[in-house]
Amino acid sequence: MITALASRYTAEYPTIAPVLCGQSLSWLQQLRAEALSQFSAQGFPSPREEEWRYTNVSAIEKKLFSPATSIATSAIDKELLKSYQLKDAWSVVLIDGHFSAEFSVLEGLPEAVSVLSMSDALEKQPETLEKYINQAVNNDKHGFIAFNTAWFGDGLFIHIDAKQVLEKPVQILHLATRADVLTATRTVIVADQMAEASIIETFVGLDNAYLSAAVTEVFVGANADVTLYKLQCESEKAYHFGGTYVQQARDARFTHHNFAFGGLLARCDIHADLDHASECELNGLYLGVKRQHIDNHTRINHLKPHGISRELYKGVLDDRARGVFQGRVIVAEDAQKTDSQMNNRNLLLSNDAEADTKPQLEIYADDVKCGHGVTVGQLDEKSIFYLQSRCVDEETARNMLTFAFANEMVDKIKIKDLHDKVLEQVLVRFPQEGVNKEWL
Amino acid sequence: MLSIKNLHVSVGDKPILKGINLEIKAGEIHAIMGPNGSGKSTLSHILSGKSGYTVTAGTATYQGKDLLAMPPEIRAREGVFLAFQYPVEIPGVSNIYLLKAALNSIRKHHGQPEVDAMDFLTLVKGKIRLLEMDEKFLYRAVNEGFSGGEKKRNEILQMAILEPKLCILDETDSGLDIDALKVVAEGVNSLRSTDRAFVMVTHYQRLLDYIKPDFVHVLAQGKIVKSGGAELALELEEKGYSWLEDTQAAA
Repeated sequence: MITALASRYTAEYPTIAPVLCGQSLSWLQQLRAEALSQFSAQGFPSPREEEWRYTNVSAIEKKLFSPATSIATSAIDKELLKSYQLKDAWSVVLIDGHFSAEFSVLEGLPEAVSVLSMSDALEKQPETLEKYINQAVNNDKHGFIAFNTAWFGDGLFIHIDAKQVLEKPVQILHLATRADVLTATRTVIVADQMAEASIIETFVGLDNAYLSAAVTEVFVGANADVTLYKLQCESEKAYHFGGTYVQQARDARFTHHNFAFGGLLARCDIHADLDHASECELNGLYLGVKRQHIDNHTRINHLKPHGISRELYKGVLDDRARGVFQGRVIVAEDAQKTDSQMNNRNLLLSNDAEADTKPQLEIYADDVKCGHGVTVGQLDEKSIFYLQSRCVDEETARNMLTFAFANEMVDKIKIKDLHDKVLEQVLVRFPQEGVNKEWL
Repeated sequence: MLSIKNLHVSVGDKPILKGINLEIKAGEIHAIMGPNGSGKSTLSHILSGKSGYTVTAGTATYQGKDLLAMPPEIRAREGVFLAFQYPVEIPGVSNIYLLKAALNSIRKHHGQPEVDAMDFLTLVKGKIRLLEMDEKFLYRAVNEGFSGGEKKRNEILQMAILEPKLCILDETDSGLDIDALKVVAEGVNSLRSTDRAFVMVTHYQRLLDYIKPDFVHVLAQGKIVKSGGAELALELEEKGYSWLEDTQAAA
């Protein structure tokens, strides 16, 4: 049944394939062919799969989202773009899944850093890409990854040479402008040893139904330090699948901040493989209103000793929204002295809101420190009284506390401009009588 | 300023306060002492409006108004301030934000415009020096990760900025080392004035070495069993609460 529906996409594929990037590369063509045959056989993931049990994507199969073959820049809402584009950053804009040179700002980028559209990179550096594409997702193949591998039409390649410290962040801004469009992008980020960089992925779109299917592979070299932010503000009719798959070398540090605010149905994977003494920090904030369904799936794989991982995901769910957190921490037999902590906190603001949370520790080593904690609940009455005793009325106190719950995650953002933009998005989603932005 | 008459308070079916009578005038400092479980904290909670208590009889009149009928935030805006025994941590709300929200709520309540941002900073910075706190505290989340002493100082800082009429200090000395106790006491003393009253709920006498009360009341089993001057606290320190309970039993 699912195969039959998914085959709408496979049926359309022959018309799409000839215009996809990397036509001349036989290794890529082979990858795509394998992915297509996997997707033809399995389709999109179904709730029967354990890692998808809370999320049903059959609505995507009932529709047909098709890739844009060209970009119409005249239709671009510059104000919208500006409201998300960071001022003090290099920014790359992808419109309907395709790199737009016109809107991207890359002046002054150091020579040791290359930022190329994926289609450009496949032409200019095919050998390099061959080393990376599909390497971080190797063990994670599910329907969306196969789909992305077969369908991606563009994306981005960022390569930071060894010891380079990027002075400004790089922002990758995805903008969907058309109804029923499919934006399938593949992004590869490589930070060579001892390099440092902050990268921001932003997903926005006009008020349409569309499908974003973005896969990002990150390779953090030995002793390198990469911070990746994701601000997902898709339209409230949109479907979003975003997978971030990370390979950390020895002593590498990777920090991820996931702000999952938009989309009718959104699913985010963050999976990291850690080497000897790697450090991984995953932070997340998901806000759901109306009938939004927001699913976050994290997996931290400690493969070698002395790794450290910290994870904190918070959810605020109102109306009939549903939030999902599935977090897996795997400690391999060889990964002694692993230090891992995972927490998920959910705040339910309405009786119809739902949070599904499933933390999993799989420990095969015997000398480790691992913990996890989960809460699902309402606002703390003691805190409400404390604020009331400080002159704040009950409703304002509730708003302040809801905001504060979310703001803890926003405050972790180290880039001022991004901090302010994310804050704005939080305030827009929960109109806060009594939360005075000027005072923050 | 505050007149409590025959106040009876229960939690569920259990009577905690069994007929409290207390008159507090502006400018006075009253200490309420008593053994654990005597109802001291219940008294401070009921005056500040915490939920979970039932008033079964009696009244509390504050500046001519029925205090018990007001929601907690109205009491606070009218000038009642509770310094908590266990100040609550509120991650995500900065100290300075809460101070501004509180001060402006009071001003709005009295028909005054919002405080000017510069005036506010000057005011806050002056008070923070008084309490020997670092200015960085202003930008940290309310009480989050503060030590016991820092939390208590922060309560007094809020009190200094909001300038309440009736200050209720609930076990403010608990968990304080001697240096922090001195700083907190100096903060309280600097706020003493002829138009402000203090109610200090405390188990031990030591806070009263630094803040000299005009009156001391001993609460036992939900009633005030003895009232006197500052010397009563010293007598209690020497003889222990059992002395009073014994004399009460004898009576």
